[in-house]
Amino acid sequence: MENETFEKSLEQLENIATELERGNLSLEKSIEIFEKGIKLSKECSEKLDKAEKRINLLVQTENGLEEEKFEIE
Amino acid sequence: METKIYSVSQINKYIKMVFDKNTFLYNISIRGEITNFKAHYTGHLYFTLKDETSSIKCVMFKGHADSIKFKVNDGMKVVIEGQVSVYESNGTYQIYCKKMMPEGLGELYLAYEQLKARLELEGLFDESHKKSLPFLPERVGIITSKTGAVIQDIINVTTRRYGKMNLLVYPATVQGVNVSETVIAGIKAFNKLNNVDVIIIARGGGSFEDLFGFNDEKLAREIYNSDIPIISAVGHETDFTICDFVSDLRAPTPSAAAELVYPQMSDLVIKLENYKNRSKQAILNYLDRKKEYVKRLKSSKLEKVPLDIINNYRLNIDSMLRSNENKLHLLLERSKSRYLQSVSKIDALSPLKTLTRGYVVAQDNDGTVIVKTNQVKSGDNLKLTFIDGKINVIVE
Repeated sequence: MENETFEKSLEQLENIATELERGNLSLEKSIEIFEKGIKLSKECSEKLDKAEKRINLLVQTENGLEEEKFEIE
Repeated sequence: METKIYSVSQINKYIKMVFDKNTFLYNISIRGEITNFKAHYTGHLYFTLKDETSSIKCVMFKGHADSIKFKVNDGMKVVIEGQVSVYESNGTYQIYCKKMMPEGLGELYLAYEQLKARLELEGLFDESHKKSLPFLPERVGIITSKTGAVIQDIINVTTRRYGKMNLLVYPATVQGVNVSETVIAGIKAFNKLNNVDVIIIARGGGSFEDLFGFNDEKLAREIYNSDIPIISAVGHETDFTICDFVSDLRAPTPSAAAELVYPQMSDLVIKLENYKNRSKQAILNYLDRKKEYVKRLKSSKLEKVPLDIINNYRLNIDSMLRSNENKLHLLLERSKSRYLQSVSKIDALSPLKTLTRGYVVAQDNDGTVIVKTNQVKSGDNLKLTFIDGKINVIVE
């Protein structure tokens, strides 16, 4: 699922930061993983931004299980 | 006859010995109501057990008291199990309790303990089978009562922590005889729809009896077989149910479950920013270092060395070529002059040259060149070589 990639992205981001800080890579490789890191952090931010608050209730109807908006009582 | 006189401690010691030898008092179950309950800070419990007409002191040491699964209060009717013995220093007898159960729940407890032991033996609680929770769930399924404080608490906590949560509530009966049935239906529904990443089974605190519906074998197996990870948040921290043991994770309270499934949004944002900034700073530093290196290389001798070396070589080669050329010329000159000298020497030594100046070479019959007069006597034949030919002569 996508949330796994979020966690992995976060992990990768940390690794990239660490790797860059170590500074042992070639110039090309450094630029490459830096660009990857920026892309990842953008994706992660977007994912967090675009999420919406949703609370639904599963209800049993004649047609089976259906979702309806959860009304806080 | 003399009466023997004993000390107080002697008699108390004797009485204690009599009590302790008695097998009936050694392990006995007693029903009663709790009064004067005191939980000492050391963890020991002191109380009195009474019925309508009588009472007896009780003590329960920490080791045993820790196994009590419910909250003990004055007025509670319980069945205790322990030994009646004597406290020597004040001569009182009391019950040293080993177990305590709410009265009437003895059978339920027994059933719970037996089921727990059986399922544990079967491996339903094995850590190796437990699924890990998603780091950031897309959607969270909650099986609980749609009314009441529990769902409210969960919504509050997730709103505070994450804000943009996505919850799907399966309304279930969490009290009474239908508990396992409706909770099982919820687990089945979520697994069938496969639209949540994690399920929370939630219920607020309650008595052992209230929570007993969660000590159900069918429910335990349903939880065990769920493809979606399940968090059990049934009752308070001190309450344990089979549902807790078999679930992938036990949360002490429903609010705690909400904290377990949703990370703090601000933490995530900070982490993201942090990694991004670290990467940026690192790449900038890296580039600066590289630039600095190139600059240093340019200005340092290091960079000049190769050119210098090449130039040096060039110079060397040139001078070598030049000096060799000279040498060659010299050699050539020398050879030339030596040749000329040789030629003139040869020229000078050549007899032909001498002959042109009017000299004659005389030879005897054997061809020996005659240099002196004593080499010949009169009558010898000589051969004279002139520049243009030879003649024979006779010496007089």
